[in-house]
Amino acid sequence: MAGAVRGSILDYARKRYLWAALALCVACSFLYYWHEPAEPPNGGTWLGYTLGTVGALLILWLLALGVRKRSYRSNLGTVRGWLSAHVYLGLALLIVVTLHSGFQFGWNVHTLAYGLMCIVIVSGLFGVVAYLRYPQLMSDNRTSLTREQMLEELAGLDDRCIRQAKAMPAEFADVIVSNRDRTAIGGSAWALLRGRDASRVFLPAAAASTGGERLVDNPAQGAVLDWLGERLSRSSEGELSQQIRELMTLIGARRMLLQKLVRDAQIRAWLEIWLYVHVPLSFALLAALIAHVLSVFIYW
Amino acid sequence: MTATFKVAVIGAGPGGLSAATHAAELGISHVLLEQSPAHANTIQRYQKGKHVMAEPNVLPLRSPLSFEAGTRETVLDRWGNGLTQQRVNVRYGAEVVRITGCKPAFDIELKSGERVTAEHVVFAIGVQGNPRRLGVPGEDLPCVQYTLDDPDEYRDEAIVVVGAGDAAIENAIGLTRQNQVFIINRTDEFTRVKEGNLNLILKAIDDKRIECFYRAGCARIEASTNGAQRPYTLVLTTDQGEARIACDRIIARIGAIPPRKFVESCGIAFPSPEPTSLPQLSAQYESNVPGLYVIGALGGYPLIKQAMNQGYEVVEYLLGRRIDPADHPLLEKKFASLPYRRTVDETLALMQSRVPLYAEINPLLFRELILGSNVLTPKPGEAVFRKNDYTNTFFTILDGSVEIELGEEEKYRLKLGSGQFFGEMSLLSGRRRSGSVFAGPGCVLVESPRREILKMINSVEGVKRVIDQHFVIRAIQSSFAPEASYDELKTVTAGARLNRYKSEQALFNEGDEADCLHLIRSGSVSVSRNIGGRDVVTTYVAAGNYVGEMGLLGRTRRTATVRATVPTETVSLDESTFNALLDRNPRLKEQVQATVRKRVSANTRMQAQPETGDLISFLMRQGLGEATDVLLIDESLCVGCDNCEKACAETHGGTSRLNREAGPTFANVHVPTSCRHCEDPHCMKDCPPDAIRRAPNGEVYIQDNCIGCGNCERNCPYGVIQMAAKAPEKPGLLAWLLFGTGPGPGEAREKSKDAGPKKAVKCDMCKDLSGGPACVRACPTGAAIRMSPEKFVELASSGGRG
Repeated sequence: MAGAVRGSILDYARKRYLWAALALCVACSFLYYWHEPAEPPNGGTWLGYTLGTVGALLILWLLALGVRKRSYRSNLGTVRGWLSAHVYLGLALLIVVTLHSGFQFGWNVHTLAYGLMCIVIVSGLFGVVAYLRYPQLMSDNRTSLTREQMLEELAGLDDRCIRQAKAMPAEFADVIVSNRDRTAIGGSAWALLRGRDASRVFLPAAAASTGGERLVDNPAQGAVLDWLGERLSRSSEGELSQQIRELMTLIGARRMLLQKLVRDAQIRAWLEIWLYVHVPLSFALLAALIAHVLSVFIYW
Repeated sequence: MTATFKVAVIGAGPGGLSAATHAAELGISHVLLEQSPAHANTIQRYQKGKHVMAEPNVLPLRSPLSFEAGTRETVLDRWGNGLTQQRVNVRYGAEVVRITGCKPAFDIELKSGERVTAEHVVFAIGVQGNPRRLGVPGEDLPCVQYTLDDPDEYRDEAIVVVGAGDAAIENAIGLTRQNQVFIINRTDEFTRVKEGNLNLILKAIDDKRIECFYRAGCARIEASTNGAQRPYTLVLTTDQGEARIACDRIIARIGAIPPRKFVESCGIAFPSPEPTSLPQLSAQYESNVPGLYVIGALGGYPLIKQAMNQGYEVVEYLLGRRIDPADHPLLEKKFASLPYRRTVDETLALMQSRVPLYAEINPLLFRELILGSNVLTPKPGEAVFRKNDYTNTFFTILDGSVEIELGEEEKYRLKLGSGQFFGEMSLLSGRRRSGSVFAGPGCVLVESPRREILKMINSVEGVKRVIDQHFVIRAIQSSFAPEASYDELKTVTAGARLNRYKSEQALFNEGDEADCLHLIRSGSVSVSRNIGGRDVVTTYVAAGNYVGEMGLLGRTRRTATVRATVPTETVSLDESTFNALLDRNPRLKEQVQATVRKRVSANTRMQAQPETGDLISFLMRQGLGEATDVLLIDESLCVGCDNCEKACAETHGGTSRLNREAGPTFANVHVPTSCRHCEDPHCMKDCPPDAIRRAPNGEVYIQDNCIGCGNCERNCPYGVIQMAAKAPEKPGLLAWLLFGTGPGPGEAREKSKDAGPKKAVKCDMCKDLSGGPACVRACPTGAAIRMSPEKFVELASSGGRG
């Protein structure tokens, strides 16, 4: 359902909060334009204090989303409504606070708070894009399967692969078992975000004379399939060829499943990564904001 | 040698134990015959430490044995001690195969060939019956068993599971963890099993974790010769000839033989062939055979305490003593508000004589019915229920009158007087109330819960006949002739018929001759048309509406196929009946034509976008045709934060009643595993304490008097009920945030081992939260939505991308 049953958070209540945010921005800009202070515009004029108060209250309210989201019995609107308002009013904050600063920046705690706020807003903006974009991709990729079901299916496929390989010469079983054991989905945050298949596999050394094994990268089951293909080309026995073909079919199915799992992990990572910036820096912003307000009052 | 007793009690369950112990206490010669090797066989088979509950709390216990809620072990120990202390004459392993003779000399034949003679016989054998046996040579070998308590008890064995039902599948799957498992299926597929179990077994067979023999039957079991790897061999007959499985153990799960046949063979009569029908009993639990008594679940009393009380009472009765049943004070209290000064028995008799519907009910069943019912004395003008309420109780008018308000724009009021009844429409269809009812002066009503009335319908032929007849007439009345009187319609509607359809069965096919109109009484149907060689679903019609009117008006052929989406009942009106209705009320034709116009335009719209039909078909395949309110997830919006599940768990004792990720998806519409509040809830079917109820807004919920038996969990085809204990309280938000005490909001709570009894939990649509369902309100993106099936067409045409 493109456009979905009820529309995205941006469309909530016929964009009620977009209009509220726009009204706030227009009002602030108008006041800023109209206001002619004796000194250059800054946070210390009456308008500066007003905008500062509005900004600080907005920040506290934006932080309160975290509380509302966890107040499962609350009747204070819906979380969806809160999130829609959070997005629009959060963006408006950029205008309100920039006007509050009167474009006076420096190497001080005030500008630190401003900088943190900007990072939080930009990360939030990324979150909005992620929320609009990734659910569809995730749904298309999962095709009705849950992650657990995919993992179960993978385990089932592995059992079948190993049973098949055990009926074949020993080297096949070794390769197939190591193929399972060395399968890696995800790993570091970076690997997750890149959607990299970090699987590896032990293959028998190329030259039979040297003996031993070598550990090679095996993205998308490529190395195993190549190795099986090579064994197939060398096989002269009818029965063994048939067995290798069957094994390749199973590994092919495993490859499809792995790709889905890797992609799923990747999308989930993108859906969450921004929160690791957005939330901690929100608290940092709160701390910087308190410092900013206190310092202003103490050093008045 | 034959022993003679005053009373023989068959079955050492709660009822039988109580009866025999009371007989022992009074010093009467008695014998308690139990086929299994220990007392209370059903409770013995509960898992260790299972909590046994003592509902209904209001009912006092009257038995020489003590009983209160506690673990299985405590309950069993106390009963065991009671048996010893009172020196009860129990014979274990004594299976009764035949009872002949009559009072005062019943001849009881045991399987061992032994005979027992008794003046009175008390049946306390419950309803579970004996497991169906394999019936092949070798079935008495020690490797054959009919139950499986703990699959992890066995390791590294070759085990054959015989059967293809849910129990067989669950056993087989459980055993695969540590054993080699075979399953024997008589047919070539697994039908009549839950979707989840079907998937599990097919996958296990596919993965070669279980080897399945289809179209196979057991021929015999042989003990292997010395030196064989497995001690036994099961020989099968299959299409390919004989097959042999070497095994350690055979578990047969091929159902149970209901005890009814045996009971009937003793001469006890049942009023109808319905499986749920109960034997005819007197108020003293005596059957139609003098001297044969029936107590406990077999007589329709499924709870432990009821059975124990009856055990005590039946001994008193057979001695000829008249005592008031244990529930006497409860009825006294119930009748206190009545404007009559009569005893309990007199009031009950008055009720039966006033209300013709009750006349045929035997006194014992009637007492139980009233015990489960409420007596109401509403003030004149007060609403008993309102149109579109979701309640499903049934009302009889004892005194005074009520007015029923019917009709859409124009309201008509019908008066019902003393002795009549109402509320059967919602009771039978599971749909909302079709009209409002207001109390008249001096009104006294009996409100009976759905389950009690269904019991009457299945047990008393007269009740079923009268209610069915009224249903047909009132269905026609509310749809086509709200202003007509009952008697007037009675003649007009003589040609109306009641029809039953299975799921997927067609009411009629496209191209058939149009000869009748169907009023849907329960269930729902889908309407489809053949477009380009493909069946395209164009709409869904719920109970309470009619289909097939187009053909009848134009006298043509059917333009669409109408199929039941779930088991469905309809009232069909043939052309002459329908014309008679039209003659009565010329405006009716306009009304029906307006409906036709609406449907035609909707059909045309749907044909322009056949993919919407695919979405409706998909939703119907998920069993949503019987839903009243279902949770759907729009996957194009769902970010997978699980806040819905967290909100559910946080507002419901720590257990989420929905599983967001599980379940199928089609065109971005995901059907998570969550209760859909069926019209005719499967979970309600067999709830011993009648703890599952429907609230006025349609929520199907489980009350606190749940005894944790798990019947509803097994009966739900959609897997949305689980057994869970209440999780401990959480710290406050600040305490968690600042000091990290305990789990935070949305985090799972650790459940301690002694968390208390497990009870059934399911979605209650947050009926106790003023804001409505927490899952929907907690969804940050609006992906979680709740809707009724009537909205599916709207949803589908809002843009299913397919």
